[in-house]
Amino acid sequence: MTDILNAFVLLSNFVLIPGLAYGSQLALGALGVTLIYAVLRFSNFAHGDLMAFGAMCTILVTWGFQAIGITAGPLPTALLALPFGIMGAIALSLVFDRTVYRFYRARRAPPVVFVIASVGVMFMINGIVRVIIGPGDQRFADGERFVVRARDFKEWAELSEGLTIRTTQAITVIVAIVVVIALFRFLNHSRMGKAMRAYSDNEDLALLSGINPDKVVFYTWVIAAALATIAGTLYGLDKSFKPFTYFQLLLPIFASAIVGGIGNPVGAIAGGFVIAFSEVTVTYAYKKFLGYLAPGGMAPDGLVQLLSTDYKFAVSFVILVLVLLIRPTGLFRGKVI
Amino acid sequence: MKKLLLASAASALIAGSAFADGHAVKVGVILGFTGPIESLTPMMGDSAELAFKEVSDSGMLLDGKVIESVRADSTCVDAAAATAAAERLITSDGVVAIMGADCSGVTTAVANNVAVPNGVVMVSPSATSPALSTIDDKDLFFRTAPSDARQGQVLASILMDKDIKSVAVTYTNNDYGKGLSDSFISNFEGMGGEITINAAHEDGKGDYSAEVGALAAAGGDLLVVLGYADQGGVGIIQSAIDTGAFDTFALGDGMYADSLTAALGTDLDGTIGTVPWSQGEGADAFAAVTAAAGVNGESSFTRESYDAAALIALAMQAGGEATREAVAANLLAVANAPGEKILPGELAKGLEILKNGGQVDYVGATNVELIGPGEAAGTYREYEVKDGAYSTVQFR
Repeated sequence: MTDILNAFVLLSNFVLIPGLAYGSQLALGALGVTLIYAVLRFSNFAHGDLMAFGAMCTILVTWGFQAIGITAGPLPTALLALPFGIMGAIALSLVFDRTVYRFYRARRAPPVVFVIASVGVMFMINGIVRVIIGPGDQRFADGERFVVRARDFKEWAELSEGLTIRTTQAITVIVAIVVVIALFRFLNHSRMGKAMRAYSDNEDLALLSGINPDKVVFYTWVIAAALATIAGTLYGLDKSFKPFTYFQLLLPIFASAIVGGIGNPVGAIAGGFVIAFSEVTVTYAYKKFLGYLAPGGMAPDGLVQLLSTDYKFAVSFVILVLVLLIRPTGLFRGKVI
Repeated sequence: MKKLLLASAASALIAGSAFADGHAVKVGVILGFTGPIESLTPMMGDSAELAFKEVSDSGMLLDGKVIESVRADSTCVDAAAATAAAERLITSDGVVAIMGADCSGVTTAVANNVAVPNGVVMVSPSATSPALSTIDDKDLFFRTAPSDARQGQVLASILMDKDIKSVAVTYTNNDYGKGLSDSFISNFEGMGGEITINAAHEDGKGDYSAEVGALAAAGGDLLVVLGYADQGGVGIIQSAIDTGAFDTFALGDGMYADSLTAALGTDLDGTIGTVPWSQGEGADAFAAVTAAAGVNGESSFTRESYDAAALIALAMQAGGEATREAVAANLLAVANAPGEKILPGELAKGLEILKNGGQVDYVGATNVELIGPGEAAGTYREYEVKDGAYSTVQFR
């Protein structure tokens, strides 16, 4: 019995909990991408760097709070600074919408033009973030580090395997759930949410029924920037803030959105977890896990690892290619919102 | 177009004649002034130029010649850029020798592609990859930093002395990490130890939980981390401590930095490691020389840089001429016994002895003793982390 418990705790510690946290971060990122795709009809390559920019604003405000002695007790101060970070990201998104995307919208440019424009915007945000905060690692996490410590858990449960739950992992999952519920309530019940869905279903029909397109675009950017900042800050808190890592996140985020069915918010969330868990489960070495479960003497000698961890990013790429080949609409039938 | 050609030909002539006028001797200093170790290279360059200045000011070098240092950027990671920079030094600036390069990968590229084919001596202050011991250098490549082949051996014997027989290894995925891990593993297994897993990690990622998961599954008494303190290495350690995968670590020299103990504090207690270290009168003399000149001599590889530059100047003097051949032929002789011992700040004395036909044994800041294919033997400091601070156990 203890062996089974040990095996379960081991898997939770190295696969389940990190996968849940990473999946939540990807889901929030993919929601932003999918929203922009549904309403504005283009793949926003600048989303990863928008996450970095929002997280950067949050970090700067966090440092300010820490300097004047405002903290959130056991929780990270960054949670208090989050609204300010969101405002920063919204302002930046709106500036780029006014200066870049509106121009192409007015002349009804094809989506590929928007995509290329967003690559340009990506490089600009990239540069802005590096100029302001620098290319290096930034630490801004504070408060209590752990909810459950490996050592304490071992003593409490009298098992040989420890379980760790970091505060940031717990916060990530909780915040993601709250944000997703709020987003779905907004999309399904509010007047603006309905207008956005109508606009994404059929732009001309929506315009005929008196929906103000400028307002729809405005709200889309506000929501996308808020999602990006929340995802970026949670990722930075849980792992580390480094501008380049957000650029790398673009691949798994797009993979999540496409695997789930781009344009479909439920799909974005499902896709986030599918990608996160495939990355973690495929690269995990099951030697110890099987050692607990296998009857005496049958424990494997090898590492029982499907792929070396070097190929972590390749996993999301392979899944992306497979989905595009076999089921291009994604798991949840890429229906527009 | 004709005018442009004419103008460039004329300027090339002028540049050529500056070299030919016989007063200034050009020596290249090729270090990664941009790139991953850009925070270290300014001090390394300053230390090398401090030695050149000392030589020039003495007026002893080949009847009053001065050494002019020409800096170039190795970028530390981009072999093509480093090769181009070295080519410029050799063909257009006409340097007599090169102090550099710094990182193992670019140093190999520069040595193989430019320096050796052109017969130019390279003295690297910081390239430590074991692979550099076996390149076909035609006796033109030297280094004042010890090879990691030796560090792997030292680290393995430290673990053996502590009766640690089974370890997991992770290394940064580049020439340095691969070389050090190969050397450590062959030594450790040769002494009867067991390696449970040997896994590379990429630098600059946000999340190392998957890597640590694999390392933890393989198990072992402790985790050997052969990476960089401000890159992936610290991420691996942090993640391993968080998940309870490992609580003690053994570290290579790239992990030795105050930022590591600052970030992890007492969590790191019990961790052991090695770092090349210098002590004794040479190091003290170097500290005095750099303090007087206002150069930061405490930074990594500054001592090795000063020594590399001094060796080049002494070899020129021993050969009696400022040529590439003279440096190549005499570098080993001035570095090793027999001869009068020369410390930092005594370069004028060394030049004078050589001028009068005597012999010198350059000791320098790092007790220079070039062994094998012309590389430093090296002394390592074995340290242990106690109460979140490094404390010396012994020197090996």
